[in-house]
Amino acid sequence: MLSAGLGPTASYLLEARGVRKSYGTSEVLRGVDLLVSPGEMVFLIGPSGSGKSTLLRCCNRLEEPTGGSIRVGGIDLLSPKTDINKMRREIGMVFQSFNLYPHMTALGNVALALRKVMKKGRQEAENVARENLARVGLADKARAYPAELSGGQQQRVAIARALALDPRIILLDEPTSALDPELVGSVLSVLRDLRQSGMTMVVASHEMRFAREAADKVLFLDAGLVVEEGAPEEIFARPKEERTQRFLRDVPG
Amino acid sequence: MTMLDRFAATFLDLDVAARYAPEMLAGLLVTLAIGLAVIVTGVGVGLALAVLRAFGFRALDFVLIQIVDILRALPPLVIILIIYFGLPNVGIVIPSFVVLWMSLSAVLAAFSEELFWAGITAIPTGQWLAARASGLGFFQTLRYVILPQAVRIALPPLTSRTISITKNTALGSAIGVNEILGQAISAEAFSANATPLAMAAALYVLLFLPLVIASRSLEHRYRAGRRGWTR
Amino acid sequence: MDALIQEFFNLSIMGRVAPLILRGLGETLLLCAFLVPLGLSGGLGAMLLATSRSRLVRFAAMVSIDFFRSFPPLVLLIFVYSGLPFMGIRVSPVLAIGVAFLLNSSSYYGEVFRAGVLSVPPGQSEAARSTGLSAGQTFLFVVLPQGVRNVLPELLSNTIELVKLTTLASVISAPELLHSADLARSLTYNSSPLVLAAAIYLMLLWPLVRLVRRMERRLVA
Repeated sequence: MLSAGLGPTASYLLEARGVRKSYGTSEVLRGVDLLVSPGEMVFLIGPSGSGKSTLLRCCNRLEEPTGGSIRVGGIDLLSPKTDINKMRREIGMVFQSFNLYPHMTALGNVALALRKVMKKGRQEAENVARENLARVGLADKARAYPAELSGGQQQRVAIARALALDPRIILLDEPTSALDPELVGSVLSVLRDLRQSGMTMVVASHEMRFAREAADKVLFLDAGLVVEEGAPEEIFARPKEERTQRFLRDVPG
Repeated sequence: MTMLDRFAATFLDLDVAARYAPEMLAGLLVTLAIGLAVIVTGVGVGLALAVLRAFGFRALDFVLIQIVDILRALPPLVIILIIYFGLPNVGIVIPSFVVLWMSLSAVLAAFSEELFWAGITAIPTGQWLAARASGLGFFQTLRYVILPQAVRIALPPLTSRTISITKNTALGSAIGVNEILGQAISAEAFSANATPLAMAAALYVLLFLPLVIASRSLEHRYRAGRRGWTR
Repeated sequence: MDALIQEFFNLSIMGRVAPLILRGLGETLLLCAFLVPLGLSGGLGAMLLATSRSRLVRFAAMVSIDFFRSFPPLVLLIFVYSGLPFMGIRVSPVLAIGVAFLLNSSSYYGEVFRAGVLSVPPGQSEAARSTGLSAGQTFLFVVLPQGVRNVLPELLSNTIELVKLTTLASVISAPELLHSADLARSLTYNSSPLVLAAAIYLMLLWPLVRLVRRMERRLVA
C-alpha cells in the first residue's frame, strides 16, 4: 500500500547510511548503516550505551545526526526542506517508558494525533482509535486513564497510539525493558501479530528469545558501531566476532 | 526636550542625588536593620512553632493552623495599620519601626512555620524509627536527624518567601518609618524631583537582586521531584 | 479589655461605616477582576519568553523577571504614579496600579508557569512529536495542560498574594477596600473600620488559603 506521504517504490523502506551522532566531545554513533526492507523486522542488540536508542531516535529525527544520511521511503529525512511532522506520520515510535499522556484517557491518547495531525473529525478519530485499541486487545479500556492501567497495558496503548496513524514503519525502543516479567508476554504477543500483518519494524531490545523467533535480521551494536549483522540463526548460534560472543554470553535468554 | 532628556532630568539628576545621598543611605541602613530583624524573628519563631507541632498535641495543632492561616490570608498593610493606629488609642504606644517589625515577623513566622512543617513531614518515618531505635531521645532525634534534613528541604521556598516578605519593609513608609522608600518620598517632595525615587529603586534592586538570583539557583538544585503524574 | 473592644470591635461604628466599606469591597473585587487575568496572561507571556529556544531571548526574559521580583511592588507603584508626572506624563491611580502590578505579577506568575512547564517529563513531548504533532500543538495539548496542573497550588497561592497586593492601592488613594477603611478610620478616630476590612479580607482569602493547603497535600500524597 502506497501512502501519499512517501515517494514511489524505494528498495529500502529505511535507508540509514554512515549515521554519526556526537554530544559535545563524546561520539555515541560512529558511522552506522541500517537498511530495512518493507515487511522486515530488524532487531538491534548491544550493551547499554552502544547507541541503539540514539540510532532509533535519529530515524525519526528526535535526535539530529551529526553526520550521515537517512532516507525513509526514498525521502531524505534530514533535509531542511522535508516536512518532518508529515514524515513522522509514516514513522511510528514506541518508547521504553511508554510516555502516555496522563491527563487523557487511553482513547484520548490514541486519538490526539488523529484529530490534530490528520485533522479527522471527533467521531471519526474516536472510531479509528477504538479500532486500534481493539487491535492491541484493549477495546474495553478505552475510557481508562494511564494511571489505572498496568505497565503492559500502557505499553499496548502506546503501540495503538503509534499504529493509529497507519505508519509504514514502527521503531520500538526497548519496548519491554520497563515491564515486570509477567507483563512482557502480552506486549510481545501484540508485536508478533504486528509482524504477521506485515508491518515493518525496527526493535532495540534485550528479548533475545523473541529476536530468535521473529527477527529477519539482527544487528549487534557496540560503542557506536555495528560489530556484526546477519540472520538471527547466524548471530545467536555462530557469532563471528569476539565482542558479540562476549555480549551473548553475558545476557540471559 | 526629548523624551530621553526629560527622563534624565526627572530621574537621573546628579545634583539631587548627591544632596540626598546621605538620607538615602540612612534609609538603606534602616531597611537592612529591620529586614534582618524580621528574618531572624520570623524564621526563628516559625521554626519553633514547627517544632512545637512535632509534639503532636491535637488541640495545639488545630489552634496553630487557624492562626497561621489567618496570618497568611491577611494583607500585611492591614495588620500594620490596625496595630499602628489602634494601639495608641488604648494607651499602648509603640514606635512605628517596631510595629513594622512585629507585623512582618508575624507574617513571616506563619509562612515559614508551614514550610518547615512541610519539610519535617516530608521525612520518612523510617528516619525517626532508626534514630529512636539507636537510643536517641526525641529532642536529639529532632536536632541531629530530622531538622537538618527538613531545613534543607524547606530552604528554597523559604528563601523566596522571605524575600517577598522582607520587600514589604517598604510599607513602613506608610507609617512614617525612615526606611529607603520613606526617605525617598520626603526627598522627592522637598526637591520637587523624582531622582530620589530612582535612587530608592536602585537601592532595593541592588539589595534584593543577588538574593533573588541566589534563591533561584537554590530552587534549581533542590527541586523536590515529588510533582508530576508519571512515575 | 473594654477599651480594646471600643477601639477595635466597636459594632456601632462598624455599622455606620459599612456602606463605605462595602463600596470599597466592590472596588477591590473590580480591581482583582482585571488584575488577575492581566497577571496570568503576562505570566504566560513571560514563561513563553523564558522557555524560548533563543538563548538571548531566554536570558533577557530571566533578567527582567528577576529584576521585577527584586523590586518591591509599593516602590514600583509609587515610581509609576508619582514619578512619571515629573516627566509630564499624567497617570491615573488605576493605570499606575495596572502597570505596576502587571510587571510585578507577570514575573511571579511567569516563574510559576515556567516551573510547571519544566516539570513535565521530556518523554511527553517526544512521544507527541513522534506522532507528527508540531511543536506548537505539542506545547498546547500535551505540555501546558500537565504543566499547569502540576503547579495549580502555586498559581492559587500567587493569586492570593495579588489580591493582598491591592491593599497597596490605598497608599496612592485609589478606590479600594483598605483605602475606604482607612478613610473611615480617620473620620471616626477609631480602628474598627480597619478591623471590619480585615474581616472582609479574611472572608475572601481564608477559604482560598485552606484550599491551597488541601491541594498541596493532595499533590504530595
